[in-house]
Amino acid sequence: MTEIFQSEIIISEISNLLKDDKHVAIGAASPIPGSAALLAQEERKNTNLKLQVTILHSQKFNNFTDGSRELFDASAQGRIDTFFLGGVQIDGEANINLVGTGRYPKLDKRFSGSFGSALMYFVVPKIILFREEHTPRTLVKKVDFISAPGISPPNIYRPGGPKYLITNKALFSFNKKKKSFKIEKINPEFTLDEVIKSTGFEFKTNKNLKYFTMPSQKRIDILRNLIAPKVLNFYPQFAKKLWFN
Amino acid sequence: MVNFTQITVKDIAKEVKDNCLLGIPADYSGVPMSVTIEIIKNKTKGLRLYCLPLTTIQGDMLIGSGCVNEIETAAVTLGEYGQAPRFQDAIENSKINIKDSTCPALHAQLQATEKSVPFMPLRGILGSDLYKNRNDWSVIDNPMNNSNTNDEKIVILPAVQLDILIFHASKADINGNVQIGRRRELATLAHASKKVYVTVEEIVDEDFFDSELKAAATLPSLYVDGISLAKNGAWPCGLTDYYDIDTNEMSKYAKAAKYQETFDEYMRDFISQNNYSNF
Repeated sequence: MTEIFQSEIIISEISNLLKDDKHVAIGAASPIPGSAALLAQEERKNTNLKLQVTILHSQKFNNFTDGSRELFDASAQGRIDTFFLGGVQIDGEANINLVGTGRYPKLDKRFSGSFGSALMYFVVPKIILFREEHTPRTLVKKVDFISAPGISPPNIYRPGGPKYLITNKALFSFNKKKKSFKIEKINPEFTLDEVIKSTGFEFKTNKNLKYFTMPSQKRIDILRNLIAPKVLNFYPQFAKKLWFN
Repeated sequence: MVNFTQITVKDIAKEVKDNCLLGIPADYSGVPMSVTIEIIKNKTKGLRLYCLPLTTIQGDMLIGSGCVNEIETAAVTLGEYGQAPRFQDAIENSKINIKDSTCPALHAQLQATEKSVPFMPLRGILGSDLYKNRNDWSVIDNPMNNSNTNDEKIVILPAVQLDILIFHASKADINGNVQIGRRRELATLAHASKKVYVTVEEIVDEDFFDSELKAAATLPSLYVDGISLAKNGAWPCGLTDYYDIDTNEMSKYAKAAKYQETFDEYMRDFISQNNYSNF
């Protein structure tokens, strides 16, 4: 068995979360979700449930022709099943912060900005939160700035929202009614205690806690032989570092 | 021979007046870097940048060069090359104002101007700190009885008209029509701008309206106030079908921009070399 990289295990786990989707869209700076979506698409190629993948930063895999607003219009219409969002900070109620840490607007550390999160989080049914770094500074009790809230009152139109959070240490599901995360899977390199210590918010534990599933050799072959060259086209730095160094 | 008056990159930069509201295209829709350098050389001040919906090296350079007073954007980032250091420094030290937004809101505000209506509603946003910090945004009860959400609250955004838009494109035809391909957000920007100037890689001896396929990918000359040739005009950003992003130069910039001193040094070199032809 060849050595499998951590990023490949996460790509494989994310790919498993896309199994019933018809259309997955990938936004800015998301090489791991992008790789996962293309992997799911390739594996379903010869089945009846085809997966449409829209990667905005690609020429070939961007299915839109009406400019960059089309992603948001299509999402609001319910044409996108899954989208990924990240965050400088994510808190226990699934509020996400893409703006920075400290007191707004004169922040201690400014990050890029909210991108499309303030609409996408509301309208895409399955939002997967993805943040590789799993530490008390990224997964916090309360975010310093809410780019998009995890939950909304009933008088706000909100067919969508957070369903999962995946990090390099664990996979969580989000329960909208209980306003909390529950751990579903853990990276076998860490103990539950280590995960609890590196999470700034409280989460529900799970009697049936599973380990991250190791991708099969067949899946790794598909990923490295068929997906990696595609990813090289639109996330060159990421692909070179992981697969072509 | 072309049927419009060709101008130069320098002419375009002169149209960018102090304190104007300048439209900024995203990294994928033709970044006008050649004009950006001239704006910096002109020491233009007080610019208000309106990004659709984000900016990379162009915004970061303008901010680092002291040309910017305010930015309205969904993000400033160098993408795969990391955070935008001059932008970060400007925010953390209160050197510029920021109107933090989200991509669909930046589109919607221009779409309101396209339709000449005073505002545009948009779902989402409520419950975010974006909303709390925008006193130009408002919320209403949905006045139509057509939503499955009872007593729905919805955000309204003001129409925004730009003073000037500049972008780089692949081709203009002999009548001054500009090929924008599927980058339709450039049309949205142009429709909502008082003045529009374009730099192009080449001017071709044809009329795009002779072909239905080409016409569909065209910004008509009626929205364009001036065109200049600028070969490699988006460098070091990429231009679809022409050249990729210059990874070495972007890495070099990302490193240099970390500190004001090294940024200033980088900019002295960057400005003095002639990376663009057909000025």
